[in-house]
Amino acid sequence: MFLKEYFGTIYKSVKSLLSGMKLTGYYFTHPQEIQTEEYPDNRATLKMFDRFKGEVVMPHDENNEHRCTGCQACEIACPNGTIKVITKQEVQADGKKKKAIDVFVYHLELCTMCNMCVTSCPSDAIKMAQTFEHSVYDKKQLKKVLNKPGSKIMEGVE
Amino acid sequence: MSLLGEDIVTGKGEFVINIGPQHPSTHGVLHLKVWLDGETINKIQPHLGYIHRSIEKMSECLSYRNFIYVTSRMDYLSAHINNQACALAVEKGLQIEATPRGRVIRLLMAELTRLQSHLLWWGCTGLDLGAVTPFFYAFREREAIMDIMDETCGARLTMNYCVPGGVMYDVHPNFQKRVKDIIVQLRSRFDEYDQLLTGNVIFEQRTKGVGYLSPEDAVSYGCTGATARGSGVSCDIRKWFPYDGYENVQFNEILGKTGDCYDRYMVRMAEMKESVNIIEQLINNIPEGDFQAKTKMVLKLAKGEYYQRVETARGELGVYIVSDGAASPYRIKYRSPNFSNLSALEVMAKGAKIGDLVAIMSTIDLVIPDVDR
Repeated sequence: MFLKEYFGTIYKSVKSLLSGMKLTGYYFTHPQEIQTEEYPDNRATLKMFDRFKGEVVMPHDENNEHRCTGCQACEIACPNGTIKVITKQEVQADGKKKKAIDVFVYHLELCTMCNMCVTSCPSDAIKMAQTFEHSVYDKKQLKKVLNKPGSKIMEGVE
Repeated sequence: MSLLGEDIVTGKGEFVINIGPQHPSTHGVLHLKVWLDGETINKIQPHLGYIHRSIEKMSECLSYRNFIYVTSRMDYLSAHINNQACALAVEKGLQIEATPRGRVIRLLMAELTRLQSHLLWWGCTGLDLGAVTPFFYAFREREAIMDIMDETCGARLTMNYCVPGGVMYDVHPNFQKRVKDIIVQLRSRFDEYDQLLTGNVIFEQRTKGVGYLSPEDAVSYGCTGATARGSGVSCDIRKWFPYDGYENVQFNEILGKTGDCYDRYMVRMAEMKESVNIIEQLINNIPEGDFQAKTKMVLKLAKGEYYQRVETARGELGVYIVSDGAASPYRIKYRSPNFSNLSALEVMAKGAKIGDLVAIMSTIDLVIPDVDR
């Protein structure tokens, strides 16, 4: 009785080890089923998911115009103080004064990519870009101004 | 560290060692002070606070819309479920309900989060107990789930997809197809997992009869999740206090019998299959309509106290909000599952060998940022 149990345990143990080995052996002999992903060095052909949240950008069109009105909704919506919108008063052609952005400062080092600024924007002025390599040697380089120099607001955006 | 009263060893041959805070098997910065007699554990004391970021206080400084993202950083492996708990608590205070479509999307995401969390746990348990292979096999399926998250939510881990009233944006057009693929893939892989680790003789020897937790102790220490269910305590919040439409789906609550490491392991393995069942029931029945209810720009909760509990991958997470009618909470308290589960470690590990401590810790499934918050 004791001997039967003893050898039974040995048989079961060896069987359990071999069944695991069988599976790893299967994948060893079928390398096409291995799904190792490499670091995306193929920058030219790389396609990230279009919703991937990499950093906040402000799209400009070919006339160097953006859609930001300077309403500061994104600044209020941001939980970390990442965005600082500095506004100025611009004199229009008809003599009226209008609020416009002077600089749109974006601190990438504080950003957690929560997407709250993009959803709060009433005029779709900012969006998330699909970049993912943000490491730099100096923290100051992460402070970005999103509106391009000389840019102005698009016609018809209120 | 000074020699306090507790540091004095009493028995002959007793000595004190520190495991962590930089030990790979503690899965983070957990510091365990262990009183040993040879290899036998006499007493064990967790030292916390290495990754305390005062998330409760931070949440109190932010508005009701903004504080939700902070909770992704507590239990980062079930980040979506944490966000869901906060969104539900705020909805309770606003006396609104998420839209039917939003609720189903949230529930699907929560189950996917539970799956990826359990897959990571399965890989790490193997790694802790000396089997490196499961880690790579688990990550194969986990990456596929992460791709779904990446495509729909825009982030892999801290997605911040829940808002009060629903979800932030609609699911991606590829969502249903990808989820159906992952269901088929996972169903065929569960057998591989059993073949690799569950039936393995070394694994069984190291987990069976180790780290026994009695149902009475599980209740008195406030254990929840698979840790308590492994001991046979029925505590699934999804069954007892259904939220977000869990009352409409069919699933079983998995209960263990003996309460040792092997039972906790089996409970989690069976839970993965239940999660796949829940996803399968819902994936073809996502209702049409808005994904987000209309809410005001600035949310203000009525004066009062609101409590919402959810079942994360590790146990019960409670969010307790005290509102004084302002735009940000007066007080927020998170009842995190890992803190209570960790407190039962001493009962489980007493009298065990120091090698068993690794097995016990890995089957509790600790996430240290959730312990400290």
